[in-house]
Amino acid sequence: MITVSDLRKVYQQGSKDVVALDGVSLEVPTGKIHGIVGHSGAGKSTLVRCLTLLDQPTSGTVAVNGKELTNVSTSELRNARRRIGMVFQHANLFDSRTTEQNVAYPLELVGTPKEQIATKVAELLELVGLSTFAKAYPSQLSGGQRQRVGIARALTTDPDVLLCDEPTSALDPKTTDEILELVKELRDRLNITVLIITHEMHVVKQACDSVSLLEGGKIVESGSIEQVITNASGNLASTLLPLPGDAPRAEGSGPVLDLLYTGQQATEPVISSVARQFNTDVNVLAGSVEQLGDQQYAHLRLQLNADADLDAIVNHLTSNGIAVTVKGAK
Amino acid sequence: MDFFTPTVLKAMGTATVETLQMVVISGILTVIIGLILGILLHVTGKGGLHPIRWLNVLLSGIIINITRSIPFAILMVALIPFSALIVGASLGPIAASVSLTIGTIPFFARLVETALRDINHGKVDAALVMGSTKMQTIRKVLIPEAMPGIVAATTTTIVTLIGYSAMAGLVGGGGLGRMAYTYGYTRYNMPIMLATIVIIVILVQLVQIIGDAIARKIDHR
Repeated sequence: MITVSDLRKVYQQGSKDVVALDGVSLEVPTGKIHGIVGHSGAGKSTLVRCLTLLDQPTSGTVAVNGKELTNVSTSELRNARRRIGMVFQHANLFDSRTTEQNVAYPLELVGTPKEQIATKVAELLELVGLSTFAKAYPSQLSGGQRQRVGIARALTTDPDVLLCDEPTSALDPKTTDEILELVKELRDRLNITVLIITHEMHVVKQACDSVSLLEGGKIVESGSIEQVITNASGNLASTLLPLPGDAPRAEGSGPVLDLLYTGQQATEPVISSVARQFNTDVNVLAGSVEQLGDQQYAHLRLQLNADADLDAIVNHLTSNGIAVTVKGAK
Repeated sequence: MDFFTPTVLKAMGTATVETLQMVVISGILTVIIGLILGILLHVTGKGGLHPIRWLNVLLSGIIINITRSIPFAILMVALIPFSALIVGASLGPIAASVSLTIGTIPFFARLVETALRDINHGKVDAALVMGSTKMQTIRKVLIPEAMPGIVAATTTTIVTLIGYSAMAGLVGGGGLGRMAYTYGYTRYNMPIMLATIVIIVILVQLVQIIGDAIARKIDHR
C-alpha cells in the first residue's frame, strides 16, 4: 500500500514561486493498479520525482505500508527507496551492462553474494520472459524487451510498490498491451501495489483498477474505473469512453441526452425499454461500448422526440443506475 | 643510405625511447589526474550529482580555463623551474613530462567532463532510485557508461601528447622533436627529418588504431 498525503512542491523560479504540486493526497491499496493521468505540465513528472524523493517535497508525506519515506536520513532514504521499484519511460538501462548485470545492479549495491544474485536474476528474467536474453546488451534488445528488463530490475529488491512513469509511452500499441499484460500478471503473482503515471487513456482502460486525474498540481477527480466512468459531471468519463469525434449533429428540436452506464445495464435493452414505456422515438446519435477489465461500459448520445416527457425519462434512467446529462436541443 | 650512419641510427633509437618515455609517463599521469578532475568537474557542476559551486568555479574557471588558454610552448618554458623543483632536473624526458602532464590535464579533464555529460540523466536517476550512494553511482554507473567516451578522449590526448612531446624536445626534453630539430633544421638533413616524421606518424597511427579497437570492444551502446 502506498499513501501520499498532502504532497506539495513549490519551485523557486527567479523571484517567483511556482507551485508544481498543490496538496496531492492518494492511497492505493495493496494489490491494486492505480493510474494517474494528466496532460503535460499537470505535475506528473514532479509527482514521480517527489514520490521517489529524487526531489524533496516542500511538505507532505509519502509512506509505503505505513512507513514514511519523507523526513528520514540519507542512509534510511536509500533503504526506503528500495521498497519502491521504479520503471522509467525509456527503461534507463545501463548500456555497459548485459541484461542480467542490469537486473543484478540493485543487489550488487548491498553486497549480496554472487550465487544469491544469480538465482534471483534468473528467477526474475524467467518471470518477465527474457531468460534467453540474459547475456544480451540493451542495444541488442527491442524497446519492449528493454522495458521488460527495466521491470525485472525494478522488482529485484522485492519492493512493495511498483512505480511506473510513462512505461509504455515510447512503445508501439502491440508492445504497450504486452507490457501492460505483464504488469497485471506480476501484480497477480506478487500481490504488489502498482502506480502508473501516464498521459495515455488506453493504459488506464487496459490495466488500471482505479484512476486519478491530475490537473494543475491537484487531483481533481479520483476513483475506481466504474466510479469515474459513471460520473457524468467528471472529465474522466468522456475521455475514457469518448464518443466518435464525427458524431452526427442533432437535428430537430428534441432533447439530447448523454448516457453513461456500466455492467448490468450495458447489456440490457435500455433504449427500447425507454421507447416502449414512454411511447417516444429514440434516435442514437453516437455511442461507444467497451469492455474494460471484466466490466462493460457504455456511453450513448440519444435524441428524443420534442414532445417526449423528458423528466420522467431521466428519472426512469437514473433509477436504473444510469448517469444522464441533458444536453438540451441543439 | 649514407645519411643513416650507426651513430645516427643509435641517436634515433634513443630519441624514440625518449619520446615514448615522455608520452607514457605524462600519459599515465594525465589520465589518472585528469579523470579525477573531470569527474569532479561534472559531479560538482550545476545539476550534477553533488553540486559544489565554489569548487566547480575554482576548477573550471580558474585552473582549467587559465591553463588551457596559455599556449603550450609558453606554458612549457614557464614551467621549467617548477619541473626542476619536482624532479630535480630541468632537462631530459622526465623533466619534460612534468610540463607535458600539466599542459594536457585540463584538456583531458574537459573531454572526460563532456563524456560524462553525454550520459542520459535518467540513468543517474535510475541508479539513485535503486538506492545507490553517490559514490556507487559514480563508480558503477557514470564511469562505466562514459567509458567509450573516456577511451576516445584518452586516444585523442595521447596523440596530442605525441605532438606536444616534439615541442618539449626543443626546450630540453630530448626525443624525436629534438632529433628533427638538430638534424633536420640546423643541419638541413632532409632524410633524417623525414625519418623522424615517419616514426611519429607510425606512433600516432598505432595509438589511434589501438584506441579505436578498445573503444569498439567496450562500446555496447
